[in-house]
Amino acid sequence: MSDQVISIVFFVLIIALTLIITAWASRRNVDTSHHYVAGGEIKGWQNGLAISGDYLSAASFLGIAGAIALTGFSGFYLSIGFLVAYLVVLLLVAEPLRNLGKYTMADMLASRFNTSSVRSVAALSTITISMFYMIAQLNGAGALIGLLLGFPYWISVIGIGILMTVYIVAGGMIATTWIQIIKAVLLIAGSLLLSILVLSKVGFNPFALFSQVESELGKEMLSPPPPSGLVAGLDVISLNIALVLGTAGLPHILIRFLTVPDAKTARSSIVTATWIIGLFYLLTPVLGYGAALFVGQKEIEEANVAGNLAAPQLAAQLGGPVFFAFISAVAFATIVAVVAGLVVAASSAFAHDFYSNVIRHGEETEREQFRAARVTAVGISVVAILLAIPLGSLNVAFLVALAFAVAASANVPVILLTIFWKRFNTTGAIIGMLLGLISAVVLVIISPNVFTGPSPEPPATPIIPIDPIFPLKSPALISVPLGFLGCYLGTLLGGRGAEREREQGIQRSYDEIRVRSLTGISDIEREIKQAAPEQEPRTT
Amino acid sequence: MVDRDAEWLRVERTSAFKELAQKKKAFIVPATIFFLVFYFGLPVLAGFTTILDGYAVGSVTWAYVYAFAQFAMTWILMHLYVSRANRWDDLVDRARNEATGEAGEAR
Repeated sequence: MSDQVISIVFFVLIIALTLIITAWASRRNVDTSHHYVAGGEIKGWQNGLAISGDYLSAASFLGIAGAIALTGFSGFYLSIGFLVAYLVVLLLVAEPLRNLGKYTMADMLASRFNTSSVRSVAALSTITISMFYMIAQLNGAGALIGLLLGFPYWISVIGIGILMTVYIVAGGMIATTWIQIIKAVLLIAGSLLLSILVLSKVGFNPFALFSQVESELGKEMLSPPPPSGLVAGLDVISLNIALVLGTAGLPHILIRFLTVPDAKTARSSIVTATWIIGLFYLLTPVLGYGAALFVGQKEIEEANVAGNLAAPQLAAQLGGPVFFAFISAVAFATIVAVVAGLVVAASSAFAHDFYSNVIRHGEETEREQFRAARVTAVGISVVAILLAIPLGSLNVAFLVALAFAVAASANVPVILLTIFWKRFNTTGAIIGMLLGLISAVVLVIISPNVFTGPSPEPPATPIIPIDPIFPLKSPALISVPLGFLGCYLGTLLGGRGAEREREQGIQRSYDEIRVRSLTGISDIEREIKQAAPEQEPRTT
Repeated sequence: MVDRDAEWLRVERTSAFKELAQKKKAFIVPATIFFLVFYFGLPVLAGFTTILDGYAVGSVTWAYVYAFAQFAMTWILMHLYVSRANRWDDLVDRARNEATGEAGEAR
């Protein structure tokens, strides 16, 4: 069998497995609640695995290994930031979100601010973030399939698009969750095997791996790049702000906390996810340095300038063609599963937040909502494919970092202030989200990422031959404070004050939000008043 | 509407709810400040100084030691929080019972 045939066999096996799951899930995907959040019936460990699956995207598996292989320690920043981010999620966001939300992030904001403008802006930011993230994943998948199976980029992208549409339209969030779970297990198993192969080369001694890196590749690979001025230093900090805060604003991660029944399960799913994700990230230096040592930095760069194929190349080098095909198929499954999760997030934002609640004022029947959800999923997939085809040359890690920066700037301030700030009002929420969203995107466009100047340093290629106006590659250092500032100033200057908004019925009392977010009591009349008669025998 | 707000207020004023809110705040505020300072310590030290470039053990640099310490910090803080939060769940039930009892007596 030629190598390509082996690859095709593994790809077909993976696709068949996911389609079987979808067929099984489609019988349970019976209404809107199952479609968006699997009916809130997912168990803690299942959700933990699914979060890990959502999180360990192509950027994590392919991108970080490649970044460490080519740049050494700086690549590891991504691993640290992505992991520590779960403390922000666990301590500040997950439980209030579970207690206040229903299907989407906007639902959580709408539990306090009862206006369609807040919902619309939240839907806009969700769709923007998901699109950036989705284009990144499709990009990575197209390149991977092109290399392995020799299909042109656009055919690969359309193929993946059709697959993910089938998963979601037929199987909804149940199929998406189980595909994530299976994929997370495969990905961990594959990375573990690959790491064991690397460590077997150095006598199963991680210290020996570091020594070999030092002697063969040089000390620079083991330390952060030497300080080179204020801008470079600030850029590292800015990137780290986006990494640590961004997760708490990523729509496809946030909706995972709505698939579980209560805050306690949300907590336990984070524990599972954080252990899996952390152990995986501990393997990334082994994979990255292993690839640099045993494949060679030159060969990695030749296959892909950003190093995105380092992990599959390492598998081929150490495990032969079958293992290479297995790792490639796992990378493919990773991408397809993450894209499916993103389509659920983006389509629920459009169908549930914008169409059902803003355009139809929540007057649709259950059947109409369910249909709108499925039609929108197809629409979102088509748009993502149409955008991904011309944008095929953009760097995967850059697009993901951009998604994190937008999430950190547009969503995180408004989520935190909705939960914790008594005086917050609708004007503040809208201005904060818009300012965070727009400033993050604009700053990236005028940064060295897009305004490359006529002759940028390789491997960057010129995009717009104008010198950058904003010097940092990551916008978060400026755009996150702007997001908070927008919320604050909007509330102080433009609003009618939380009290007046309450009287007008466009804002719920903060007492209610505070009690709900801390306790999970959602239906006060039923839970308190109906419980009361049971007490009556005691009082009469 | 006003009546409904009164129900929420009733829960908010129970001693169990006050205890829950106070305990959560007493853990979350210092924990968040701590992990953010610890987290940003690495890029600040790495971006502006060379003190993490030296070797700690064998060929492992202090930068890697700091990085691995962040993994340990994440797992430790997570378990400290979750073990406490699981105990606090009882307070939610107590707050509900207290508010219910009050509502019963008010009739």
